[in-house]
Amino acid sequence: MDEQRIRISVGLGACGIAAGARKTLASIEEGIASRGLDVELGISGCMGMCYREPLVEIARPGKPPEVYMELSADRVPRFLDEVVAGGGEIEEWIGRAEDRDCPDDGFFSKQKRIVLRNAGRINPERLEDYLAVGGYRALGKVLAEMSREQVIEEIKASGLRGRGGAGFPTGLKWGFAAKAAGDVKYIICNADEGDPGAFMDRSVLESDPHAVLEGMAIAGYAVGSSQGYIYCRAEYPIAIRRLGIAIAQAAEAGWLGDRIQGSEFSFHIKIKEGAGAFVCGEETALMASIEGRRGMPRLRPPFPANEGLWKKPTNINNVETLANVPWIIVNGAAAYAALGTESSKGTKVFALAGKVNRGGLVEVPMGITIREIVEDIGGGIKGGKKFKAAQMGGPSGGCIPASLADTPIDYESLNKTGAIMGSGGMVVIDDSTCMVDVARFFLDFTQKESCGKCTFCRVGTKRMLEILERITAGEGKQGDIELLEELAATIKRGSLCGLGQTAPNPVLTTIRYFRDEYEAHIKDKVCPAKACRALITYVIIEENCNGCGVCKRACPVEAISGEKKELHVIDPDKCTRCGLCMDRCRQDAIRVV
Amino acid sequence: MSSVHVNRIIDRHGAERASLIPVLQDIQDDYNWISEPHLRQVADRLGLPLSEVYGVASFYRALSLEPRGKTLIRVCKGTACHVRGAQLIQEELERQLGIQAGGTTEDMAYTLEVVNCVGACGMAPVVIVGDKYFPGVKPHRAKKLVQTERDEE
Repeated sequence: MDEQRIRISVGLGACGIAAGARKTLASIEEGIASRGLDVELGISGCMGMCYREPLVEIARPGKPPEVYMELSADRVPRFLDEVVAGGGEIEEWIGRAEDRDCPDDGFFSKQKRIVLRNAGRINPERLEDYLAVGGYRALGKVLAEMSREQVIEEIKASGLRGRGGAGFPTGLKWGFAAKAAGDVKYIICNADEGDPGAFMDRSVLESDPHAVLEGMAIAGYAVGSSQGYIYCRAEYPIAIRRLGIAIAQAAEAGWLGDRIQGSEFSFHIKIKEGAGAFVCGEETALMASIEGRRGMPRLRPPFPANEGLWKKPTNINNVETLANVPWIIVNGAAAYAALGTESSKGTKVFALAGKVNRGGLVEVPMGITIREIVEDIGGGIKGGKKFKAAQMGGPSGGCIPASLADTPIDYESLNKTGAIMGSGGMVVIDDSTCMVDVARFFLDFTQKESCGKCTFCRVGTKRMLEILERITAGEGKQGDIELLEELAATIKRGSLCGLGQTAPNPVLTTIRYFRDEYEAHIKDKVCPAKACRALITYVIIEENCNGCGVCKRACPVEAISGEKKELHVIDPDKCTRCGLCMDRCRQDAIRVV
Repeated sequence: MSSVHVNRIIDRHGAERASLIPVLQDIQDDYNWISEPHLRQVADRLGLPLSEVYGVASFYRALSLEPRGKTLIRVCKGTACHVRGAQLIQEELERQLGIQAGGTTEDMAYTLEVVNCVGACGMAPVVIVGDKYFPGVKPHRAKKLVQTERDEE
């Protein structure tokens, strides 16, 4: 990198691309050429501020880097003229700069970035960038100075626990695989991030793939494995492509392959692409899938550490867990253990989404409260609505009500609420979301994703879903809540893997904290959040309607009538509650009652 | 009659059990679906019972045993998209295309699918047409997505 030139990097994570960052990149490229500007143009990964994409960082000689936000292609000409060529600034577009206060600083001030240390700061497609920020120093140190036992002890001392959700101590797991008898052992990186509402691993893989490769190689050294697999879901094409590039670069530079950096240690990594089955995030199902079989879990023990992939000892860690490893080796276990709480050390990455103002990727020290994440980092609820709950842990987790928002983020405290830490999805829910519908949503998900092996999971989730569908359709009966609870207990007991064992959690936590909403649906046939379609009616407010006719044209079933410039009326019998009219109305004249 | 192309795919991955899923994925990519003759050919070459190959092919959602349309429209229905109204978008697309989610239009132009989560939750609700992502989709814009796609052809 040339410090004397202007450097511009465009954030090209999946969120950025969705927001049009590729167009931004193309128009900057074009604009630089046509203006004859001397600029080093590159790309970076995810900067975390999904809510402000596309994001562009500019670093000018003698000035701290500035992040320009919402820089869509149409804003590029002004950016190039005033900022790049003119040497000035467009104050209102700047989202982050070290030398001044920005309106969105709150998004960053409570974060602590270890896993995301390089995300958005380096070009993920260039090994040189990773090396320049100290990449592969940890692997170098391990190979030069540390025994296998020392590495495992270091990870144990750091207190790192599995970030996939269950929170098993990583060092202990490595120790099991290291002790297991056998010449051939495998390392698997579980990148099958299937929880809806979770995108931590995607962002890490897209933004800093070498960190994960380095973590895998260190794990390989510690347990005595020379072959690693990354099982990545096919829905993440950018992550898969960048991993492929990173593996080739690392091999070329001698950080992967035979006799790494001249040592005795060899380590190879292959990518295995998932084929769209949520259950493959479960470790035994994942291994079955790599072996080319249906991804169905099996009974444990034997645990993978003793009998895993192709019946060989196998160590499986999640993406985020592995990305922590190089930092721990370089900075020491004590530095990591100094962060967090007694039982939960270090940091946790969350994908903050839903009805929050600043949705994005955040990394916080363990022990911070849910409220701090939602209100301080996330900037509170969109549209001034009321914070009702945070859904954590996806289909295996639960809904934590706003009344428990001061619960600290650590494995044990979250378990006590009935939810779980989970892999890091945090979907914020406001008072316009129906909790029974949220429960129905997750049961619909788990019911479809159940692999079908265990009867209780296969049939039980289906029965629970039917009851929830009935309740949300206004056909709930007395005793439904109790029946749901009974089914939940049975499914938890009668299922082999985590999918079934945790599938009832979203229902149980919503019953526990929002029982009144269930009862309102069942007894009064009312949806308090005004979300369940069978229980609502769309009406036009007379004072606000100016008779423009937009709603009438938008209605797909001709349920709206009215003459031009006169009050329009919705026929509730024809209306399918699709919401298109409300979506189109500019007069705020359509309400749900 | 065996397909030369499918044979080439199998050769590339190696005719062994562990190659089964990558082989099926490549066939899916190249043909947009996996036909019965192709299933038989894979079973034959990999030395697996047809029932096994069918079992695997029918297990994974990314593998289709029916022909799919030229353009795949995917509506993300992850949690964040769900709470921001993905259901309405799905229904509007179903209306516009005249098919249900999972279905293909008669002219084989479109297949509409619902996906669990594409991990672009900050942009919810998201619709993906081919490989183009559309963030923050409003129900009434769903119509446009299909139209734009048709115009471009």
